[in-house]
Amino acid sequence: MKKFILARCWQAALVLLVMSFVIYSLIGLMPGDPIDVMIASNPGATPDVVAHLRAIYGLDQPILLRYAHWLLAAVQGDFGYSRTHSQPVMVVLLPALWQTCKLMLTSFVASVVLAFALGVCAALKPGGIADGIISLFAFAGISVPVFWLALVLILIVAVNWHALPASGISTVGDGGLWDQVRHLILPVTTLALANTGQFTRFVRAAMIETLRMDHVRTARAKGAGEGRVVLIHALRNAMIPVVTVMALSFGSLFSGALITETMFAQPGMGKMIYDAILGNDFNLALTGLLFATLVTLLSNLLADLAYGWLDPRISL
Amino acid sequence: MSATTTDRAVSPWRLRWRRFRGHRAGMGSLVVLALLVIFVAAATPVAHYLGVDPYETDLLSQYGPPSAAHPLGTDDAGRDELVRLMLGGQISLLVGVLATLVGTLIGLTVGVVSGYFGKRLDAVLMRFTDGMIALPLLPLLIVLAALDLTKLGFSAEFAHSGAAGFWRVVVIVALVDWTGIARLTRAATLSLRERDYVRSARASGGRAGYIMTAHILPNVATPLIVAVTLTVGRVILFESVLSFLGFGIVAPTPSWGNMLNNAQELVTTAPALAIYPGLLIFITVIAVNFVGDGLQHAFDPRSER
Repeated sequence: MKKFILARCWQAALVLLVMSFVIYSLIGLMPGDPIDVMIASNPGATPDVVAHLRAIYGLDQPILLRYAHWLLAAVQGDFGYSRTHSQPVMVVLLPALWQTCKLMLTSFVASVVLAFALGVCAALKPGGIADGIISLFAFAGISVPVFWLALVLILIVAVNWHALPASGISTVGDGGLWDQVRHLILPVTTLALANTGQFTRFVRAAMIETLRMDHVRTARAKGAGEGRVVLIHALRNAMIPVVTVMALSFGSLFSGALITETMFAQPGMGKMIYDAILGNDFNLALTGLLFATLVTLLSNLLADLAYGWLDPRISL
Repeated sequence: MSATTTDRAVSPWRLRWRRFRGHRAGMGSLVVLALLVIFVAAATPVAHYLGVDPYETDLLSQYGPPSAAHPLGTDDAGRDELVRLMLGGQISLLVGVLATLVGTLIGLTVGVVSGYFGKRLDAVLMRFTDGMIALPLLPLLIVLAALDLTKLGFSAEFAHSGAAGFWRVVVIVALVDWTGIARLTRAATLSLRERDYVRSARASGGRAGYIMTAHILPNVATPLIVAVTLTVGRVILFESVLSFLGFGIVAPTPSWGNMLNNAQELVTTAPALAIYPGLLIFITVIAVNFVGDGLQHAFDPRSER
């Protein structure tokens, strides 16, 4: 078990290292560089001055050397300054990370609960009316553009009904817990609905498969109640493949969070990365992308561990 | 199958078509898709008939209400909404199909090479594929879409042309969605590799490249059809998101995604304009997915009829 965890940690660390180089190179290929941004407000800068500035900041060095410097500083916790926020990157990033975690975790839990309920319901009678309606809902969830779903929700709930706020995380001057929750309802609903479709299909397929298995028939034959058969005997087995797929979907959950945060003006990681790329804030974009990757890798690691816990046949 | 049809041999394709026809949602969606293609193809004739130029801005008739000349009204720049929806659909559907083709090509190559050669190469390629699946792709896509093509050695003229913008989106979206196809291809190749006819081809001195293209690829194709269909839907969604965020197809060329660029403003000024493009994306993607479901049913030997 220990060995397995250690090996997976090494793997994750390696992926993170490779990704850090890929992201670093990509950011370097974005239009302009920090010096361009600096001299943009100073038309008097001569080419000599520009070249001198580049040399001071080390931008004339080969990319590998620059990457090595950056990595050395990053390992020590120094990710540089954010240009647009005029603050150390970490000061900007940590609150955003917390905000995104709130959004992602709540919608993840909501969609998992909903998906299990719907998926099990549909699997009880494949081809029945309930299955038809749930499948339609699942297909709609997979096919809807997340930003448009957010738009429709804003239009109906916020603009027409005035029931919930459409943007931000709290009302100025209020900021109580209920106020913050009210601001989270629409984003969480959007993100959860978008994920539930895919999850429901997984649960339904896994449950149908499991309900056909011999051990389920045995359980029925020895007289176990239907509720016990479905919830204890079938569900636990059906969960094994489903949990893996769900955890692997954390990457796409983050993509969804980016859209949701942009639509509802939530100051989370997704919106931060989006704004940083738009505003040529290289340090912030780089670190933000790296942390997004880190969060995804960690969730996948957790999934592997959960897998071993759910399925005793796998001896880790 | 009824007894009357058994006296004649039924080809597998005919059988599949028969099963597909029995899938109501799939057939209905096929009709919907056909109607959508007609709808987007009608852009030029309709523009001609209405006498409107979908690219000409007219700031005096912003957000015009529906009228005889503009059946769905006008957008934020006074352009005809209906014709722009049709033109935008052309771009969105075209990107969907082209990106799927490019992605399928990448997936096929990676999958066949990985499955055929096996061992270390297989391990490396599949690790890579697994890694791709788990990454937060959208932020990475935005970075890719923001890259300065001149820094990659393209001429400034090409980098800022409309064609570069279009192909950039096609390539970027294709880069995301090849992983599923690669895994399917690899699995199919693994079993085909050990078939007698492939082994005899190898024994008679066939080169790896020849065996892969002549003996393996044609047999991989069938199980891939469903996966490729579902890819089209996802790819259309990705394009719309990128264009919506301002990193995909850029104005004045319309796409269903970038017509919602100023959506936050639309919500309060012209809610209908915020609905149309997204609704069309939704209908297209759900239809594609239902067709995929129908195909799955048709290709599954376990399905009855």
